[in-house]
Amino acid sequence: MKNMIKPLLFAVAGLLAAGAQAQTKVTITVASFPDLDRGVKAAIPLYQKLNPNVEIKLASLAYPDHHTAMTTALATGANLPDVMAVDNDFIGKFAESGGLEDLSKAPYNAMQYRAKVSKFSYPQAMSGTGALNAMPVDIGPGALFYRKDLLDKAGVSEADLTKSWESFIESGKKVKAATGAYMLGNAVDIKDIYIRSGLKDGEGVYFDKKGQPLVTSARFVKAFELAKAARTAGIDGKIGAWSNEWTEGFKRDRIASQMMGAWLAGHLNNWLAKESAGKWRSAQLPNNSFGYWGGSFYAIPKKAANKAAAWDFIKFLTLNKDMQLEAFRKLDAFPSLIEAQNDAFLDQPIEYLGGQKARQQWKVAADKIQAIAVDKYDPVAREVVNAELEKVLEQNKDIKAALADAQAALKKRVRR
Amino acid sequence: MSKPLTPEASSVTPTVQRRKRWNLRTLAPYLFISPFFVIFLVFGLFPLLFSVYLSFHRWEPAAGLAAMNFVGIENYTYILFDDDWFHKSLYNTGWMAIVSGVPQHLVALPLAFFLHMAFRRWRNAVVGIYFLPFITSSVAISLVFSTLFSRDFGVVNASIAALQQLPVFNWFLPEQNIDWGQPQYTKWMISFVVFWRYVGWNTVLYLSAMQTIPKDLFEAATMDGASRWQQFRHVVLPLLRPMIFFAVTLTIIGNLQLFEEPFILTGGTGGIDQAGKTAAMHMYVTAFVDGDFGTASAVAWALFMLIAAMTWLNNKLLGQKEEK
Repeated sequence: MKNMIKPLLFAVAGLLAAGAQAQTKVTITVASFPDLDRGVKAAIPLYQKLNPNVEIKLASLAYPDHHTAMTTALATGANLPDVMAVDNDFIGKFAESGGLEDLSKAPYNAMQYRAKVSKFSYPQAMSGTGALNAMPVDIGPGALFYRKDLLDKAGVSEADLTKSWESFIESGKKVKAATGAYMLGNAVDIKDIYIRSGLKDGEGVYFDKKGQPLVTSARFVKAFELAKAARTAGIDGKIGAWSNEWTEGFKRDRIASQMMGAWLAGHLNNWLAKESAGKWRSAQLPNNSFGYWGGSFYAIPKKAANKAAAWDFIKFLTLNKDMQLEAFRKLDAFPSLIEAQNDAFLDQPIEYLGGQKARQQWKVAADKIQAIAVDKYDPVAREVVNAELEKVLEQNKDIKAALADAQAALKKRVRR
Repeated sequence: MSKPLTPEASSVTPTVQRRKRWNLRTLAPYLFISPFFVIFLVFGLFPLLFSVYLSFHRWEPAAGLAAMNFVGIENYTYILFDDDWFHKSLYNTGWMAIVSGVPQHLVALPLAFFLHMAFRRWRNAVVGIYFLPFITSSVAISLVFSTLFSRDFGVVNASIAALQQLPVFNWFLPEQNIDWGQPQYTKWMISFVVFWRYVGWNTVLYLSAMQTIPKDLFEAATMDGASRWQQFRHVVLPLLRPMIFFAVTLTIIGNLQLFEEPFILTGGTGGIDQAGKTAAMHMYVTAFVDGDFGTASAVAWALFMLIAAMTWLNNKLLGQKEEK
């Protein structure tokens, strides 16, 4: 049936006509977590205008609880929602579990939309089998946020920061000397970016296609060396992100820059560093690196009750330009849909960043980010590598030895 | 199971075979007691048995129940011989159990005796204050302490820095802020928080046991010219033995299962070089980060065995003597 309402929202190329709704009332359940659930809350009234016969129930849990609950639900096949939000950190695990619908197959045929979204986002949701387990709803292009006022004091320019990692560390020393502020929260950040850049095709961060660990490769050696150099230069605060020390560091002007997803601007503005509005700027990551932090997906469990209605709603969340922009406006969720990325909204200056048109810059980054294959053992690998890096930074362990130990520990722990 | 009616069975024998008649009145007691058993079966016994079953499998839970692979005792051999992190977490657990556990009792016993002797009127108020940490949420406590121990903004370092200005103190206090997150301090910090939290609880246990000691024993001891110390040593301690056994058992069980304090104080990671990672944390991470529920169950049962062994040992050392 055709909906007879004024086209407040333009449905993308006959999407809604295709997902012909049955006359009866359908109720679909959506499981999500804050802040992503605000996007769903915003979508419900808009969607119901188009589909008055669909009822949407939202169940929202805190981030870790949501993923634990979804793991349990997938394990037992009970209490599964029709639409499941999955964060980037869990997409590998959930994708390889086999409990989610393959959206590349009929009746979904989602591969046709591949060109519509940022090119690196589809592979994130695909496990090794080529199945598409979820649709990307937002992406987290990486950016380097820095305090312009502190840099000015030290006579350091943005170009000095981003030219190369060596020059980044050099600038850090100047800033530390002039202002006492740490250039970055933790040296580990440099390692995290470096191991994600310059990947060969089909390589994951930690494992190759066959599931063999790659942590002794040159990429890791250099990443560890840079992190060590930053620690030796005394420019990092040895602070973990999201810790008390970290949030306090922003409030007291002790952290001069932070590399993270573009969404950090929203966090800085809302609660991390309200007072320093106008002093922050955004830049591309140093050394021509492009990476992503986070990103969210929506999936349909194989045992969901209303798959057709669920798919229709997911398409609305992920492929509808107005909805994507709404989420961008409301919760700084950078759209995965290219059409939304080309909207005039991106030209608006961001007051918090001193009127900078940073969204344009993030779009540039989004275009350049390479897809990285995920592996369900990535969380294990991250633990192992970080444990060894701490030994290098804190106890002067030899880098080659540390990485060899990490490789051995990984082989042991993964037990494929 | 329906049996064909044989003539023998159908012929009614006039022996006294009173079958219990089930009606509402005879059912009622069972009905009333059933909630406990139902809840126990669902939330107690079943998970327990399932985790035993699970520990012999490899299982990625998100893949559903069908994905369980039977691997025999492989999970157990892995954690006993291969899993360095488990060994390390066991060492940490033991270290912190002793360093936070032993002082608890060494402080709580004399403290309880002192309160028993000194405070007659205000005793309950004082005991209440000592008891407060025990009933405060451990998450709140851990968050407060992690703020206190903050490297750049913490009260602890601010106090040290202030003391450092004074003569004498500056001989042995560091000039730099102490980074309490460093591996050499992590275990001390966690142990201190655990000690602080449970010392009051043990004091209350010992005090309540002391209050059951008849007054005339103290009077008799005083008549015989026993000093306070001798009263404590020869009257109180022997009579407190059962309570000491009880309190130490609780400490052993609690400390070997330590989870919340180290988890929050180290931000869920176990700290640098996993210096503060306990066995219970290792179990949690194995299950919910690595997604390896089989191995996590094996860790849980290994921990159970360890606690059982320690409790047994404690029973041998401190438990009731048979001939008493």
